[in-house]
Amino acid sequence: MKVLVAVKRVVDYKVQIRVKSDNSGVETQNVKMSVNPPDENAIEEAVKLKEQGLASETIAVSIGDEKSQDVLRTSMAMGIDKSILVKTQNTLEPLAVAKTLMKLIEKEKPDLVLMGKQAIDDDSNQTGQILSALLKWPQGCFISNLKIEGNKVSISREIDEGIENLETSLPAVLTCDLRLNTPRFASLPNIMKAKKKPLDIIDIDSLGIDTTPRIKTLKVIEPPKRKAGVMVSDVKELVKKLKYEAKVI
Amino acid sequence: MAVLVIAEHDNSNLKSSTLNTITAAKKLSDDIHLFILGSNTGELANKSKDIHLLSKVIKCDNEKLKNFLPELSAPLISNLAKNYSHILAPASTFGKNLLPRVSALLDITQISDVIDIVSNDTFVRPIYAGNAISQVQTNQKINLLTIRPTSFEKSEDSGGDASIEEIPFVDTDLKTIFINREVSKSDRPDLGNARIVVSGGRGLENSDNFKLLYELADKLNAAVGASRAAVDSGYIGNEYQVGQTGKMVAPELYIAVGISGAIQHLAGMKESKVIVAINKDLEAPIFNVADYGLSSDLFQAIPEIIKELDLLNQIET
Repeated sequence: MKVLVAVKRVVDYKVQIRVKSDNSGVETQNVKMSVNPPDENAIEEAVKLKEQGLASETIAVSIGDEKSQDVLRTSMAMGIDKSILVKTQNTLEPLAVAKTLMKLIEKEKPDLVLMGKQAIDDDSNQTGQILSALLKWPQGCFISNLKIEGNKVSISREIDEGIENLETSLPAVLTCDLRLNTPRFASLPNIMKAKKKPLDIIDIDSLGIDTTPRIKTLKVIEPPKRKAGVMVSDVKELVKKLKYEAKVI
Repeated sequence: MAVLVIAEHDNSNLKSSTLNTITAAKKLSDDIHLFILGSNTGELANKSKDIHLLSKVIKCDNEKLKNFLPELSAPLISNLAKNYSHILAPASTFGKNLLPRVSALLDITQISDVIDIVSNDTFVRPIYAGNAISQVQTNQKINLLTIRPTSFEKSEDSGGDASIEEIPFVDTDLKTIFINREVSKSDRPDLGNARIVVSGGRGLENSDNFKLLYELADKLNAAVGASRAAVDSGYIGNEYQVGQTGKMVAPELYIAVGISGAIQHLAGMKESKVIVAINKDLEAPIFNVADYGLSSDLFQAIPEIIKELDLLNQIET
């Protein structure tokens, strides 16, 4: 079984982001960038499948500018075998990302595609679902448990009501929730080793797909600030304020 | 042109997220159709036609649609799409699982998690866990939107008289088998639309201590929520998680107990009208968004609050 993992380079989850002063977007220059957190869960799961002898090869794919090589190196330091960067200067919409991945899947022929359930920058939560529909492969979203036996895939999905359990078969597209596993830290020797692993760079134009944006961002602004609150001295005061000032209890 | 709303339901009742989505649709058109895909939905369709804002209820009924597998529903929706300017679904795990497939089938870019509708082609959505707000415009012939339920009021579910139309089920080759849903039963209000939410974090220390929170919630007729840290630690189930990768809530009162307030948690609750933070760490970022902060040991504070609430009740009765 060959596993392909899609990885996005995003502003690190710990960074307090800043809206650009011209309201054209969010500042990403000179900001710490990292692997999109749920994509790390996808990487971890792929590496585990390899360690369990279930996966024969693991490939990471990222779409972005030159700098996205760093998240692929991180993926390989975590144990991914090889990686591909699809180079573009543009920000792609989920539909275009899915079409790009589809082209690579036609070439690489993986049996399983894993990715995070959403990217923490644009929070779209679409790419895996779109890809599954384009490929006509089974879809498993927001998974927190995965078991593969032969061709059979058993998953647990985190849904608003609790957990949904499904059974399906390979090939499949699965999107990972943060509780699927605990991503490992890349050790220093593995970081060194990852530098020698293959990283192919291809230009997005060579894939012959239309990635023209369908959506125009008119402006990006800061959310309204909450007005400063007060500290209360004890429980009696708190309950009194909630009852007579805020009138919410 | 008409607007289509995809109903989220359990085959007998609509989820309230559907009513929020109908309110959003009203900003786009006066001709709103509700699409119910499910099994044994006759009664549900009959009830739904009373919804004030609807002009038509369309249903597609088949045993195979019972568990809402998106591979089956998406083609049925895209087959109807040409009649509509906009197709809306709630931005719940139901809508998130389904609508992007329609996006693939129609080759239309979907706009996720809409919190405001400026005009028929201009929409507002949060990005970066709500730390930035993006206004976007599109000129696609059909607009696919998921709607954040907490950003729109619930529409009236009575007073209307919509027509009902049934469309035939068209099967799709499917490899997925539904096994079951593990749903926790609770008499407390639903987290997504409760008037009061009491949420617990790592400060609760274990699942047993969450009982203290349940007791407070029951006194206030509140729903219970949790931070990701509490869910990851196994104190409580994933369906209670509030935040960027969990549920979005906007109750009248949100009480955060032992929650430090990571930006990912704030993303899910900072639209609440009144926020109370109880935390012994005065430096916790949750205090920056709280209307009322109490720096105190929660294991002392919560029983005291329960006692105070009992006293208030005695005075009133």
